[in-house]
Amino acid sequence: MKILNQFKMELLARSSNESFSRVAVAAFVSQLDPTIEEISDIKTAVSEAVTNCIVHAYKEQLGYIYITVRILQGNKVSIKIKDKGCGIADIKQAMEPLFTTAGGERAGLGFAVMQSFMDKIYVKSQVGKGTTVIFHKQLKSR
Amino acid sequence: MQCRIESSGNIITAYLDGEIDHHTAKDVREKIDAQIMAQSPELLVLDFRDVTFMDSSGIGLVMGRYKQMQLLSGQLHISNLSPHIKKVMQLAGMDRLATIKN
Repeated sequence: MKILNQFKMELLARSSNESFSRVAVAAFVSQLDPTIEEISDIKTAVSEAVTNCIVHAYKEQLGYIYITVRILQGNKVSIKIKDKGCGIADIKQAMEPLFTTAGGERAGLGFAVMQSFMDKIYVKSQVGKGTTVIFHKQLKSR
Repeated sequence: MQCRIESSGNIITAYLDGEIDHHTAKDVREKIDAQIMAQSPELLVLDFRDVTFMDSSGIGLVMGRYKQMQLLSGQLHISNLSPHIKKVMQLAGMDRLATIKN
């Protein structure tokens, strides 16, 4: 699929960057003139994926989060969020609603929110190497 | 993220203001819980009128307070949800646990 525009950033997995990362992605996507609902959906999915990097992937050591946003032909957006953290042993289990290894007040709904708010989500992971999450969203033509 | 708390009688109302995510949820949780501990209310109201963003960390915040209020045999109301926040709450089934106002 033809890439019309692309934006990449890498940032330290600090919780203070959660807000910045979702706002930066939303600002880039805004060139497609999305609806308020579409922007909220994108910000929420990005926030979930970035939070997973911080809470899970880099639980033991601080590392970088790599985000690539692509504007594709036909008003489509693709967002890739990658870490080089601990990886997920059982992706199917990690994606189950309410499953969490974090304890405390993590609801275990991160992947459920991403699945619900995006059209497609792909998760690739290798223990000890890291995790890549890719979302696709078709925006309404305006 | 700001949180202003008002209490009258057996009711605590927490007015949440700003963005709720993993980074901001902890301070708000501690502030509300301190007030619950001090007062043992019958009703906790979480007011979302001025919340501009919420992800699943907000669900953790609401679920945790729901459990606190259950321990006190009290109730939880969540009020003034924007369409986006309502969507996140419904995804988590919060509408079945707490009473949503407005």
